[in-house]
Amino acid sequence: MSDWKFMVRQLVKNPLSLAGIIILFIFAFIAIFAPLIAPPPEGHLDNYMIPRDGYSATPKLPSEEHIFGTTEGQYDIFYGVIWGTRSAFHVGLLVIGIVLVVGIVLGSLAGYFGGVIDEIIMRITDVFLAFPALILAMAIVAALGPSLKSVMIALCVVSWPSYARLIRGDILQVREEDYIEASRGIGASNFRVVMRHALPNSIYPTLVMASLDIGAVVLAAAALSFLGLGAPEGYADWGQLTSFARNWIVGPSGDPFRYWFAVTIPGLFILFFVLAWNLLGDAFRDILDPRLARR
Amino acid sequence: MELRSYIIRRLFLLIPVLFGVTIFIFGITMLFSPIERAALYVTSSRQMLNIPLIIETYGLDQPFWVQYGNWMSQVFSGNLGWSKVVGMPVWDAIWSFLPATLELAIFTTPIIIFTGIFLGSRAAAHKDRPLDHGTRVMAIFGWSLPTFWLGLLLLMVFYGYFTGLLPPHRLGIPMDMVVNSAEFTRYTHINTIDAILNLNGAVLLDALRHLILPVITLSVTQVAFIMRLMRSSMLESLGKGYILTARAKGLSERVVVNKHARRNALIPVITVSGYVFAGMMNGVVITETIFTFKGIGWWAWQSAIRLDIASVLGFALFNSVLFVLVNLVVDILYTRVDPRVRLGGTVQ
Repeated sequence: MSDWKFMVRQLVKNPLSLAGIIILFIFAFIAIFAPLIAPPPEGHLDNYMIPRDGYSATPKLPSEEHIFGTTEGQYDIFYGVIWGTRSAFHVGLLVIGIVLVVGIVLGSLAGYFGGVIDEIIMRITDVFLAFPALILAMAIVAALGPSLKSVMIALCVVSWPSYARLIRGDILQVREEDYIEASRGIGASNFRVVMRHALPNSIYPTLVMASLDIGAVVLAAAALSFLGLGAPEGYADWGQLTSFARNWIVGPSGDPFRYWFAVTIPGLFILFFVLAWNLLGDAFRDILDPRLARR
Repeated sequence: MELRSYIIRRLFLLIPVLFGVTIFIFGITMLFSPIERAALYVTSSRQMLNIPLIIETYGLDQPFWVQYGNWMSQVFSGNLGWSKVVGMPVWDAIWSFLPATLELAIFTTPIIIFTGIFLGSRAAAHKDRPLDHGTRVMAIFGWSLPTFWLGLLLLMVFYGYFTGLLPPHRLGIPMDMVVNSAEFTRYTHINTIDAILNLNGAVLLDALRHLILPVITLSVTQVAFIMRLMRSSMLESLGKGYILTARAKGLSERVVVNKHARRNALIPVITVSGYVFAGMMNGVVITETIFTFKGIGWWAWQSAIRLDIASVLGFALFNSVLFVLVNLVVDILYTRVDPRVRLGGTVQ
C-alpha cells in the first residue's frame, strides 16, 4: 500500500490539506466527547434537543452559565453547536454512505452489462439530474413533511445519480482490460468479476472524492434547515441555530453588533466543517489528477 | 451532420427526460390521498365543501396512468394548481415573481462570468506564486461559505452597522410607492430597467442599492467554481504546442495569454454554464429568502414552509424544464465555439 503512504505524505506536506485534517480531527473530537464537553442537564430526555433557559425571544449575551450566550427562545448556543457537530457527522456520513452504495450498485450494473440496462439506468439519472439539486430536495422535503429524516432522504435522492454515473465511467474504463477478460475466461461469475476485479481496480479515486463530499452534504442540509425545512425546533442543528438569529442581525440603536454571537457562532461551525472537507478535497484532486501534477 | 438536424435530434432526446421529470413530479403528488390532492385545487374555504366534486372532475380516484394523462393535459393548458401563499394560480405566480429573479440574474451572471474568468486566468498565469495561492484559498473559502450565513453577516454590517445603507427587500417604501403610482409605467417589472425607461434616477439608485448585497451573496459560490475551472483549463491550454509556437514567434506574453491561451481555455467554461445556471437557481431560493427579495425563490420558500405542495412542485417542474432547455442551448453553443466537436459523431 505504498500508494496510500504516498498520498498521506502528500496531504500532510501541503499546509492547506494539513489544516483540513487538523480541523476535522477537532470536529471528530467534539462529536465523540459531546456528552463531556456539553453535558446534558439532569433528567434531560433527548440529548439532541437543546436545553432552554426560559422562553423570552431576545438572545442573551455570553455569560458564565452560557459561554456562547443564548439565541432566540433561550436555546443555549454552546450546547447547540457542540451537539450539532454530532448531527452534522450523522447526516453527512449516513447520506454519503447510502448514496455510495446505491451508486456502486447501479453504476456497476450499468457500466459492466451495458446495453439496455445501461440505457435505462442512465435515462433515470438524466431525470434526476434535470433539476437544480437544492430545489428538488426542497420539493421532496415539503412533500414528505419537514424533518431531519426527510432532509436525508431528499439529499440521497438528489445526489445518487452523479455517483452512479462516475462509477459507471470507472467500470467502463476497465471493462475491456485483459485481467477482466481473463477472470471471465476461467469462469468467474459476473458478480465476482465486478466485486473482485472491476471495482477494486477502478473506483478508489471516485470513492475518496465522494467521501469528501460530506462537507457539501452537510452544507446542503444546513441550508434546508435554515429555510425551516429540516430538524424540529430546538434540535441541535447548525442550520437551524443560524435561522434563529435571523431576526437579530440588527441590535438596538447605538449597539448594532449586540447579538453578534447568535449570528456568527453557528455559521462559523458550518464554515469550518465544510472548509475542512473541501481543503482535503482540493489537495486530493491535485494528487489524483496526474495531468496537473506533472506541470 | 449539420447543425439543424443536430438540434432536432437533441430536441427529440429531451422527450424521455421531460417524460421522466413529469412522471417523477406527478409520482410525488401521488404520495397524497385523493382528498389532499383535491385540496391543491381549492381556491377558497367555501370550495372545501366541493372536494368530492373536485375529486370527480379531475378524476383523482382513477388509476395512475389515467390520472397522469389528466394531470399532463392540465399542465399543458397551464394549470399547475392554486398557490395558497399568494392567492393566484401557480402559473400566474411564477410569471409575477419571475421579473424580480431575472433582475437578480441580470446583475449576477456577468459578475460570475467576468470575475471568475479573470481571476482564474490570472491564477493560472501566476501558477504557484502568491496570487495563485491566494485565489485558491479564496475559492475554497467561497465554495465552503454557507451563503445564508454570508447574507446575514452582510446585512449585519451594511444594514445594521451602517444603519440602513444597503437594506433588504427590492425597494424602499417611498420608491415602492413611486413604482406603483400611475405616472410610472412598469414595462418589464424589472425595477432597474423600468427606472431607466421612465428616466427616473431616484428609483434606479434605490433599486441598485437593494441589489448589491443579494448579488454578492448569490455570486460568491459560483465565482469560486468558475475561477477554479478556468484556472485548470487555462493551465491545460498553456501547456499546448500552439502556445510554444506563439512564444517562439516572439509574441508578447500578454498576447499569448489573452489571445491564444484564454480563448481556448474558455471552451470548458462554456460547457458548465448549465451547472452555473442550476447553482444560481439553488442560490436564488436562499438569497431571496434572506433579503426578502420577492422573486420566485422567495415565493417557493414561502410555499415550502407552508407545505403548499402545488406551488413547490410547480416551481420544481418549471426549473427543471428551464434547466433542460439551458443545457440544450449550451450544447448547441458548444458546437459553434469548438469546431472540433463533431455533431452526432461517435467518440473514439
